[in-house]
Amino acid sequence: MSSVSNNKIIKWVDDRLPIISMMQHSAVEYPTPKNLSYWWNFGSLAGLVLVIMILSGLFLAMNYAANTGLAFLSVERIMRDVNYGWLIRYIHANGASMFFIVVYLHIVRGFYYGSYKPPREILWWLGLIIMLVMMGTAFMGYVLPWGQMSFWGATVITNLFSAIPLVGEHIVTWLWGGFSVDNPTLNRFFALHFLLPFVLVGIVVLHVWALHTVKSNNPLGIDMKGPQDSLPFHPYYTVKDLFGVGVFMMFFMAFVFWAPNFLGHPDNYIPANPMVTPAHIVPEWYFLPFYAILRAVPDKLGGVLLMFGAIVILAAMPWLDTSKVRSCTFRPIYKWFVMLFIADCVLLGYIGGKPAEEPYILIGQFATAWYFIHLLIVTPLVGWLEKPRPLPESISAAVTKKEAV
Amino acid sequence: MADTANPAHGATDGETRRDFLLYASSAVGVVGAGLALWPFIHSMNPAADTLALASTEVDLSPVAEGQAITVMWRGKPVFVRHRTADEISAARAVDVAGLRDPQKDEDRVKKPEWLVTVGVCTHLGCIPLGQKAADPRGDFGGWFCPCHGSHYDTSGRIRKGPAPLNLHVPEYAFLNDKTVKIG
Repeated sequence: MSSVSNNKIIKWVDDRLPIISMMQHSAVEYPTPKNLSYWWNFGSLAGLVLVIMILSGLFLAMNYAANTGLAFLSVERIMRDVNYGWLIRYIHANGASMFFIVVYLHIVRGFYYGSYKPPREILWWLGLIIMLVMMGTAFMGYVLPWGQMSFWGATVITNLFSAIPLVGEHIVTWLWGGFSVDNPTLNRFFALHFLLPFVLVGIVVLHVWALHTVKSNNPLGIDMKGPQDSLPFHPYYTVKDLFGVGVFMMFFMAFVFWAPNFLGHPDNYIPANPMVTPAHIVPEWYFLPFYAILRAVPDKLGGVLLMFGAIVILAAMPWLDTSKVRSCTFRPIYKWFVMLFIADCVLLGYIGGKPAEEPYILIGQFATAWYFIHLLIVTPLVGWLEKPRPLPESISAAVTKKEAV
Repeated sequence: MADTANPAHGATDGETRRDFLLYASSAVGVVGAGLALWPFIHSMNPAADTLALASTEVDLSPVAEGQAITVMWRGKPVFVRHRTADEISAARAVDVAGLRDPQKDEDRVKKPEWLVTVGVCTHLGCIPLGQKAADPRGDFGGWFCPCHGSHYDTSGRIRKGPAPLNLHVPEYAFLNDKTVKIG
């Protein structure tokens, strides 16, 4: 490749710290499959939301007091007295939901198009780790306003660990730093909630590094075979990503300005009260499918294990999926099973938001069963038995053929 | 990378239209980013509850002649000194032209016996001594800043030492004979 720039200063810097040629290499020239659909916008959107969350969170932290006596009032002060505090807090609160929306769609994309298959296993695992860290961060962030849902969410989630045999109770006491969720808990949650996003940035760097090593998957699921199959990332995908940003920001800001509390829970505007549990306690929407799995099992330890297992099992997807073909575009049977699986996850989310009574319990148990049947039985079996449709010889050939028709 | 772009559109006026769109959308993007940044920057300015504490009322009745009190206003000390006749005449006898920060005593007070100044040295922000009877008051009978040795006179004007300006006189008003509202 030609030198970075004719500018002497830029060249002088780059000879000593090749940061400019690195960016040139990974954000400008980076060869990207030329057939990416809008499903490939969600990765960059997730990165954008992470930046927005860190920025808005920083400004919230400037006005927040991590103390059980002050936390709720400091949040109300942010809402009423701090200049644009309401805006920054609503951006941050809705930003958490936006983060999960784009990340879940990003994962669904990877699921449908087989982005977890060789050579992208580590890329997939890093993505799962990002999701797990995100969940922890979101949970601890929800505790900080110290409302009723904060307090009881913290109580319920930390009590999950009490299901661990023998040491469970000790672990919970350790997590709390006391004998109940209290000031020490709030303090450490704030410290961790501030730290983990930067850990996320680090894992995202690894995620992108792995991506740029193995290159992007694409809707056809076949490898790029040469320059005729790719486009330089800039300007083609920078512009396409930016367009996605525009559409996404309209969606995001519609919540921030018109329905800022739609995704929240009104009980969290009641200060935490360790003596009274709210009548109907549900987690935030993005935890509902896992919550449904937890409740589907009439055994404390079993429910907890199954819930964590539902995420951990996804790490085995590269081996559970036995098909040689990545993209569901060419998998006439598995395609429908993937869609059914996604519908099953949505159903679990719906059940998770319903009270623990019939018929929701029974439906939740079937949906949970199907979640694992799909991953452990259907996926390997269909991979063996299904006859995939013929793959195009190259990305370029598929495009030119379509144009010729 | 321009040569990899679709060559069919490279000719004639296609370039100027494309340039216009690039510049126009970049400009909108920059202005939009600037507007989006403003709420974040403004959030660091004093909040409404901070501004609500921006004035304070002081009861002067217990302060006898020759005494001084220090009150807190906007997180800073304000010196309120009930000056003696000697202190007033000393402050008014000074040749204003010879001062570092020329200002007549008459312009620094609303009532001659009450001097109200912000008790923060104009050098680097320490609090000068001189409020209590036992404090050193410097060479001019006003205040002495222990940090870097600035001397202020009985009108709070800088007379000696590194400070560049007189002690700042805040906005204030007498609500009645014995009450002053600062701010």
